[in-house]
Amino acid sequence: MNLYTRRLLINRFNLAVSLLTMLFGLFWLGWILFTLFKAGFGGLSARLFLEMTPPPGSDGGLLNAIAGSLLMGAAGTILGTPIGILAGIYLAEFGNRGWLAPVTLFINDILLSAPSIVIGLFIYAVYVITVGHFSAWAGTMALALIVIPVVIRTTENMLRLVPDSLREAAAALGAPQWKVITFVTVRAAKAGIITGILLAVARISGETAPLLFTALNNQFWTPNMNSPMANLPVVIFQFAMSPYEDWHKLAWAGALLITLGVLALNILARVFFQNRTATY
Amino acid sequence: MNAAVLQPTEQVLVQKIQVKNLNFYYGGFHALKDINLEIPERKVTAFIGPSGCGKSTLLRTFNRMYALYPKQEARGEIFIDGEDILSPRQDLNTLRAKVGMVFQKPTPFPMSIYDNIAFGVRLYESLSTREMDERVEWALRKAALWEEVKDKLKQNGTSLSGGQQQRLCIARGIAVKPEVLLLDEPASALDPISTGRIEELVHELKNDYTIVIVTHNMQQAARVSDYTAYMYLGDMVEFGVTDEVFIKPKKKETEDYITGRFG
Repeated sequence: MNLYTRRLLINRFNLAVSLLTMLFGLFWLGWILFTLFKAGFGGLSARLFLEMTPPPGSDGGLLNAIAGSLLMGAAGTILGTPIGILAGIYLAEFGNRGWLAPVTLFINDILLSAPSIVIGLFIYAVYVITVGHFSAWAGTMALALIVIPVVIRTTENMLRLVPDSLREAAAALGAPQWKVITFVTVRAAKAGIITGILLAVARISGETAPLLFTALNNQFWTPNMNSPMANLPVVIFQFAMSPYEDWHKLAWAGALLITLGVLALNILARVFFQNRTATY
Repeated sequence: MNAAVLQPTEQVLVQKIQVKNLNFYYGGFHALKDINLEIPERKVTAFIGPSGCGKSTLLRTFNRMYALYPKQEARGEIFIDGEDILSPRQDLNTLRAKVGMVFQKPTPFPMSIYDNIAFGVRLYESLSTREMDERVEWALRKAALWEEVKDKLKQNGTSLSGGQQQRLCIARGIAVKPEVLLLDEPASALDPISTGRIEELVHELKNDYTIVIVTHNMQQAARVSDYTAYMYLGDMVEFGVTDEVFIKPKKKETEDYITGRFG
């Protein structure tokens, strides 16, 4: 067997192994989605979006949980995103001198991979216990703490992808550094930064653990951020654990709803990133 | 090689840039060695030499571009209009507004063609909309780009072709009306037609600006420049009137490089 044929065979073998591992991963994902659709699709109805979570044995929907999830998700994103973007800008644009930036980045990476339950317990310990009750604010804080490291990482990464030649070109016109950053560098990285935010939103929309210790749950509708608030993940958790058949059905429908939401966010993120105009 | 001031042997000229005993370091690497040089006003001066000889490094000291990077350091003196720009008191932004630069690769900003030009102008002047329109047109005309883009000023600058992008960058550089224009291999990534346009432009611009151009292309240096400096391994080997440097160089090394026996 000559060298070329041997390499051709090795290539085919490796390609086959890669394909198999891909199919293995995809199989489980497919199974999860299939089960989810099978069990949850029947529960999808207008009522889901119009009625409150019911007591066992009666009809109802998930309106308060959906609203709570949207409210806390939005508040957490609004709170966490500016901090994340500003910190990311610092790390990428000012971080090349001294030790502060590398250390911050390292700690941020730890925070990024910290189990979300730890973040929930942290807010429980420092905020919930201090004020003496669960609240939507506490949930918002926990979600913001998850958003921040994700946005810091993507912002920093995307800004580092902007070539130095673009920074030099702006500086060469006599632009002070803050103008170079706001008008040129951040603009060039805009699509990537927005993608990062969308991915952070996708990440927090399914988090149960941090909300379990902070926002808890609420059977009823409330716009009061200072009281416990219903949210999809915790409702799913409670309803799925219950012995009631109609609660199970609602839990499946809620799970499907979150999955579809995350899917939509991911697609949106991809579209955003692909539509960016080639800058360099 | 020696520290004596190398001066063009022509009539008395106004010296725009004077370099005295300039040494440059990239961390521990000694990239420029005791450079002494005087660059005349409203003339084109070309820096030639093999890759890594320090010509771009020298160019980047004139607007202190190197100061963006913490490990790069220049020692010595560079006078522009008699003021030492290496002094710590020198404000970098006003220096760069006065000494413009065009880079090897086109670097349009991620904004419209109009805003690409207006960005630099807005930094130091506040013009009315009409004045700004006029300035943008003026700069684009100077850079021989107006006819091609006048109907799509709102389009993104990145949508232009490579040659157009580079002329956009030149227009951006001259729109702020600098006194000195530094060109770092401005045509090396362009096709012959775009290169020709840029060379014509350099010819025209020298009536108003002091131009320093780094180039790998010997014919280009001969065509566009009034003075030529030949550098090798961080040393200024020879500096003089372009015709003399190309026709009867004083140094053997220069002749070898120009005739292609080396480099």
